[in-house]
Amino acid sequence: MIAQDLFTLLPEIVLALYAMAALMFGVWTGKDRTAPMLVWATSGIFIALALWIGLNGQGTTMAFGGMFIDDSFSRFAKITILVAAAAVLLMSQDYLAKIGILKFEYPVLVSLAAVGMMMMVSSGDLIALYMGLELQSLALYVIAAMHRDNTRSTEAGLKYFVLGALSSGLLLYGASLVYGYSGTTLFSGIIGAASEGDLSLGLLFGLVFVMAGLAFKVSAAPFHMWTPDVYEGSPTPVTAFFATAPKVAAMCLFARVVFDAFGNVVSDWQQIIAFLSVVSMFLGAIAAIGQTDIKRLMAYSSIAHMGYALMGLAAGTVEGVQSMLIYMAIYVTMNIGTFAFILCMERDGQSVTSISALNQFSSREPGKALALLILMFSLAGIPPLVGFFAKFGVLLAAVDAGLVWLAVAGVIASAIGAFYYLRIVYYMYFGEETEALEAKMPPVQYAFLMASAVIMLVGVAGFFGVEGSALAAAEALVN
Amino acid sequence: MDNLLSIITFTPALAALILAVFLRGDDEAAQRNAKWLALIATSATFLLSLILLFEFDPANTGFQFVEESPWVFGLTYKMGVDGISVLFVLLTTFLMPITIGACWTVEHRVKDYMIAFLVLETLMLGVFCALDMVLFYLFFEAGLIPMFLIIGIWGGANRIYAAFKFFLYTLLGSLLMLVAMIAMYVDAGTTDIPTLLNHQFSTGTIELFGFHIIGGLQVLLWLAFFASFAVKMPMWPVHTWLPDAHVQAPTAGSVVLAAILLKMGGYGFLRFSLPMFPVASDILAPLVFWMSAIAIVYTSLVALVQEDMKKLIAYSSVAHMGYVTMGIFAANQQGVDGAIFQMLSHGFISGALFLCVGVIYDRMHTREIDAYGGLVNRMPAYALIFMLFTMANVGLPGTSGFIGEFLTLVGIFQANTLVALVATSGVILSAGYALWLYRRVVFGDLIKESLKTISDITPRERALFAPLVAMTILLGVYPSLVTDIIGPSVADLLTQYSAAVEAFVPDTMHAATGHGG
Repeated sequence: MIAQDLFTLLPEIVLALYAMAALMFGVWTGKDRTAPMLVWATSGIFIALALWIGLNGQGTTMAFGGMFIDDSFSRFAKITILVAAAAVLLMSQDYLAKIGILKFEYPVLVSLAAVGMMMMVSSGDLIALYMGLELQSLALYVIAAMHRDNTRSTEAGLKYFVLGALSSGLLLYGASLVYGYSGTTLFSGIIGAASEGDLSLGLLFGLVFVMAGLAFKVSAAPFHMWTPDVYEGSPTPVTAFFATAPKVAAMCLFARVVFDAFGNVVSDWQQIIAFLSVVSMFLGAIAAIGQTDIKRLMAYSSIAHMGYALMGLAAGTVEGVQSMLIYMAIYVTMNIGTFAFILCMERDGQSVTSISALNQFSSREPGKALALLILMFSLAGIPPLVGFFAKFGVLLAAVDAGLVWLAVAGVIASAIGAFYYLRIVYYMYFGEETEALEAKMPPVQYAFLMASAVIMLVGVAGFFGVEGSALAAAEALVN
Repeated sequence: MDNLLSIITFTPALAALILAVFLRGDDEAAQRNAKWLALIATSATFLLSLILLFEFDPANTGFQFVEESPWVFGLTYKMGVDGISVLFVLLTTFLMPITIGACWTVEHRVKDYMIAFLVLETLMLGVFCALDMVLFYLFFEAGLIPMFLIIGIWGGANRIYAAFKFFLYTLLGSLLMLVAMIAMYVDAGTTDIPTLLNHQFSTGTIELFGFHIIGGLQVLLWLAFFASFAVKMPMWPVHTWLPDAHVQAPTAGSVVLAAILLKMGGYGFLRFSLPMFPVASDILAPLVFWMSAIAIVYTSLVALVQEDMKKLIAYSSVAHMGYVTMGIFAANQQGVDGAIFQMLSHGFISGALFLCVGVIYDRMHTREIDAYGGLVNRMPAYALIFMLFTMANVGLPGTSGFIGEFLTLVGIFQANTLVALVATSGVILSAGYALWLYRRVVFGDLIKESLKTISDITPRERALFAPLVAMTILLGVYPSLVTDIIGPSVADLLTQYSAAVEAFVPDTMHAATGHGG
């Protein structure tokens, strides 16, 4: 049986071995000269694994007595995570090289984080969950502080670490309560103990603590405090990474826990998630209005977007999970494009992140400005762009589940949120003429920006089949 | 041609794509090419839409030229027109070449300007052709993006405030409509408009926050749609974005805004509110009547004191849209026929009036009424054209403006005489502001030094006005051209409407106990 179990885990094992081999290789070959090659190799292996998982995986397989689950849900999540991580790695290379921190540890740490994330979305047990989560988090703490000579970067890393440790503590405390009151750490055992009507107080407390810990990881308000500072302080490629793959992993883990372990007590967690959702949407929308730094703005934007994704989860139905998965896939695509642009914002060779630097950008670079315009309207959820369908899906799921108030709150927040996306468009198209922003883009970043914008426009025709696989994934999770 | 509607709708978008991808540079030749390509594309769209008009069968009250294919989230891509929508398609395709012609003097970022208008045309046509609720919403909302850019990039001094106000005001209203649409989808299980037209939404009294809502779900849905269409229309008191947007928008933007975009609200009322929520429409009609009556009188009075020509015409638009909403919810043949007629005629007249302002703005670069006077001495042809449209705006018999106002007033007189009385006073007030404007701008002695060299309208401008003059007079003397096409569809709509209203028996037990019970 152990061979069978290991076979199920093969993608994770391959990636973990690769990370260690790359580490050895990097140490032996004398430091950072090999970093660009490692970046390409790591992206390549991410894509290869994503293809492997996508083409080979079928059905639901449990390994190690249910501690590791390989089903359509985890496969959907893994493919999204791997593709996003590969894209961010490729984009970040030129930027990191420019500021002199393209170290070989970077791709290695990203691969380790990816292993952690893959573990998270497949976990079928509280211990496996924690292991995956910590592997991911530890790698992320380090890359947040990767720009060691920069105080803001080290501050971001430290802040992230302290708050992340706090959230891990909360999660562990919750997990111990859940274990104490259900007698098992396996999700399949907990679901039997937590049944409708007679959920014990201890389990309920455990559930609340676990959810608080997870809310930290998805940066849902009121557990969002670390997000703006970490986003702003980290080197931009790292911010881009934080905004994409780990968000998907944490959100999918959230879904995994509430459905696999607490699927019988939907009404108990539904209100908690609905609360997290509505607070995140409003906080993200309102707090972003005053921001002048585009990275901080994207941080608040991601808080608001997590609110919408949680709305899908709050529905507690197959459609809800499906819409959440589609939301995350679309969100990641939009963010990759947007960060590809942010990476290239510079003036006199120095990176700038102030929004006002975009003044009259459109008259100098009409193509890139148009791409960013499309991404901004898509992030705001204005039809006919794909971002609208992401919101439409979660609203549909929420109304279908009877959460009309949540849907109404969501649309009001989205009208408020539209303002700050419009402000970026305003600077680019209507602003005053100021000192020119250079946006000399390396071809890779340019390709990602344009591809992302084109997907936002063309994807309306049918989502490239994501809808169907998200449905299969949601069915695998909920049923 | 099985997919005529899609071809008509997407021809301008295709032209926009060609401009965006293949046209390089911003020199004079590139600008000229952009303008000509846009003009050719919009004219071709108009010619294609003429096929629509000739092949359309007015006697058939169902949807025609229907095309359908599956889409995402269980939605369908479905297009089709009936007697109510077909003329709006024609109105749009007819006005767009004129709008493009009105942009001929623009020199700032010409290519982008043309792309914005071409995309906007596609989206406006989509609104009138869509037969799937979400597809309708998609086109309806997407129109905000090009209009936001048109106002924001090519607008006047205070354009940024106006662009943001326009965008956010309309967005908030529309998002409530989106929630209502989702609720309808959940309730009826489909977003197909023809199916929804036959779906009975529940009217049972429901309790919400301690209020008994008579008409239940229908009333809530109606209110959500009302939030969107009333802003778009715009109705008093949510009209305040319109004067700002009009004043700041470039001439062509104002023409499109007044002539076509405002009609989407009225079309929405006819496509959704009236047929899908008949009971709610019946219950809430008095609200609409009085809002319309106030709009007519109040905005006419406000128009009297304006010093900016565009603002004056914008307020006059709000007043004229008051007749439309009133006519629609009067829910009788004259009222609804009149409302549609008024929308079409207002499309020609207000578009022409904004062009008139544009003509002198291009020469003097001011819209202040006080800056003009005595133009008739130097610009006789212009004075004649401006006179015609001023009279049409007032509703002089023989122009299309008269037919629309008269029919809606007849309609409302049967529904609510008191409102008709108040609304009719608007006819006098409109004569007041329009004629006074005309007198201050055109008549009198030419004393202003700056005006002594002003030149009369050019052949290009004559060509822009000619079709509008023709349509205003043609529809004024031969209104059956329009009413023959819309009549059967409207009659069919009203038959179903009155059947539904008569079948409704309010939950008297709850109604008697009223609020809080």
